[in-house]
Amino acid sequence: MNQPLFSVTNLSKKFGKTIACNDISFDLWPGEILGIVGESGSGKTTLLRSIAGLIKPDQATINYQHKNKTLNIDQMDEPELRHLQRTEWAFVHQHPRDGLRMNVSAGANIGERLMANGWRHYDDIRAEAIKWLEAVEIDAKRIDDLPRTFSGGMQQRLQIARNLVTNPRLIFMDEPTGGLDVSVQARLLDLLRGLVRDLGLSAIIVTHDLAVARLLSNRLMVMKDGQVIEHGLTDQVLEDPQAAYSQLLVSSILQV
Amino acid sequence: MSQSIISPAIISPATQIDPNYNFAYLNEQTKKMIRRALLKAIAIPGYQVPFAGREMPMPYGWGTGGVQITASILTPDDVLKVIDQGADDTTNAVSIRKFFQRTAGIATTLNTSTATVIQTRHRIPEQKLQQGQILVYQVPIPEPLRFLEPRETETRKMHAFEDYGLMHVKLYEDISQHGHIATTYAYPVMVEDRYVMDPSPIPKFDNPKMNNNPALQLFGAGREKRIYAIPPYTKVVSLDFEDHPFEIQAWDQPCEICGAGDSFLDEVIMDDQGTRMFVCSDSDYCQSRSEVQS
Ligand SMILES: Nc1ncnc2c1ncn2[C@@H]1O[C@H](COP(=O)(O)OP(=O)(O)O)[C@@H](O)[C@H]1O
Ligand SMILES: [Mg+2]
Ligand SMILES: [Zn+2]
Repeated sequence: MNQPLFSVTNLSKKFGKTIACNDISFDLWPGEILGIVGESGSGKTTLLRSIAGLIKPDQATINYQHKNKTLNIDQMDEPELRHLQRTEWAFVHQHPRDGLRMNVSAGANIGERLMANGWRHYDDIRAEAIKWLEAVEIDAKRIDDLPRTFSGGMQQRLQIARNLVTNPRLIFMDEPTGGLDVSVQARLLDLLRGLVRDLGLSAIIVTHDLAVARLLSNRLMVMKDGQVIEHGLTDQVLEDPQAAYSQLLVSSILQV
Repeated sequence: MSQSIISPAIISPATQIDPNYNFAYLNEQTKKMIRRALLKAIAIPGYQVPFAGREMPMPYGWGTGGVQITASILTPDDVLKVIDQGADDTTNAVSIRKFFQRTAGIATTLNTSTATVIQTRHRIPEQKLQQGQILVYQVPIPEPLRFLEPRETETRKMHAFEDYGLMHVKLYEDISQHGHIATTYAYPVMVEDRYVMDPSPIPKFDNPKMNNNPALQLFGAGREKRIYAIPPYTKVVSLDFEDHPFEIQAWDQPCEICGAGDSFLDEVIMDDQGTRMFVCSDSDYCQSRSEVQS
């Protein structure tokens, strides 16, 4: 525990003239849940996708602790990165359609990572898929159904199951409760909180919703215009925000 | 690329070349380009090599990829056989054979073991191929991963990184929907433990014949401009699951014409009453067996 699991230094990313992320640095410690909050357009998704290796930042040093070895993510070649992405890491996209294969069954969606990692026994793959459907509270009878026959909340839970099946250590989530009804959001949040705790996952969760961040994260980073303007323990940031913008954000949300 | 094993009776001899064409229709420049692609394909078994395909005087569905390969490898001494679904006498096979008779003046045959080059659509001959023979497949869709991943940029990476989980996703879906692997044609294979390859729409019955075959196997996709190859004596394994192993089609009865119990059978309707019969799809195989018996 004396080393961060994940460590980002001087990350910057521009799109043309837009500075999406400007010189961002932070650490994630093992077992920690880091929330990244900020209004729409502040650079949260760009930051998350950059550190998860889905897009290439213009500049960054990204280190990941793997079996007592430090892996340099920003220098890694693509096959190695992909291997990490489909084994130890998980990425839950805001829109389930970006994270699921909509044209194959729920079981195949969950089984894909297993098969990509060399599983070749059909019944074993199926048993694992059933186990994970149940873990995310989807009726195992739906195993052969296509995701498009699922509700939005179920699709999101399926995406989580598809990601967790290889027992990752680190999960990246981009607005996981984004497009969902309030009651569905609450159920998903409870589920996520339970899974993250039971599996001992570390997580980085991006959300524009402070209530979500408060429920899930130990530590908070507040972003505005591509910069981190405040960073601290969740309770501290919410009770005693330092930056004027954070004060505004906190007061506007916590009143509701 | 010829090594004749000639028995004259079953050959239609070389004819006069139509003087309006270069030998085998394509110009030498194009042939060189295609041969370079072929050499690369042979060097990397199962890997799809892009090539600058030419328009041929026939529609894409007629096997222009195979025709371009055949045109590029033919020599005046070659003996060509063309089959479509196992038969030499279908419209597609006849017109390709005539095309090369006219443009290359080469000898042709219906006999598998006499041919030096065999162009095929949908079958591998039952007669074992030999060293020195070349089998040219017509391929409609070269990319086996396309079914689940339409993005070409992504499928190329999957091949490059040996990231083939998706191929088993397709077989998984088969089993979950049908209780067994229901893919019977274009059944995916792993070539030399490296590249996953679509063997073209041959029946899976023919898949084992690709493995360790003494002949050179070349695949041409005209519309998509891809060439790939299986060099002689290459390992070719059909994908499967441990608990759902690869199996070939089997029939309850032998061929009703020649009695073969080891060939791929087609169900054909014999008369107006709808009488059905199971007979060899490989007409040359069936005929040569019948001749031996009679
Ligand atoms: N692919 C892209 N091309 C151009 N501009 C982009 C792209 N992605 C994001 N941006 C811009 O970068 C900024 C940050 O966007 P984003 O990371 O999506 O923020 P957030 O997730 O906080 O809403 C915005 O100004 C956005 O318009
Ligand atoms: Mg976003
Ligand atoms: Zn027969």
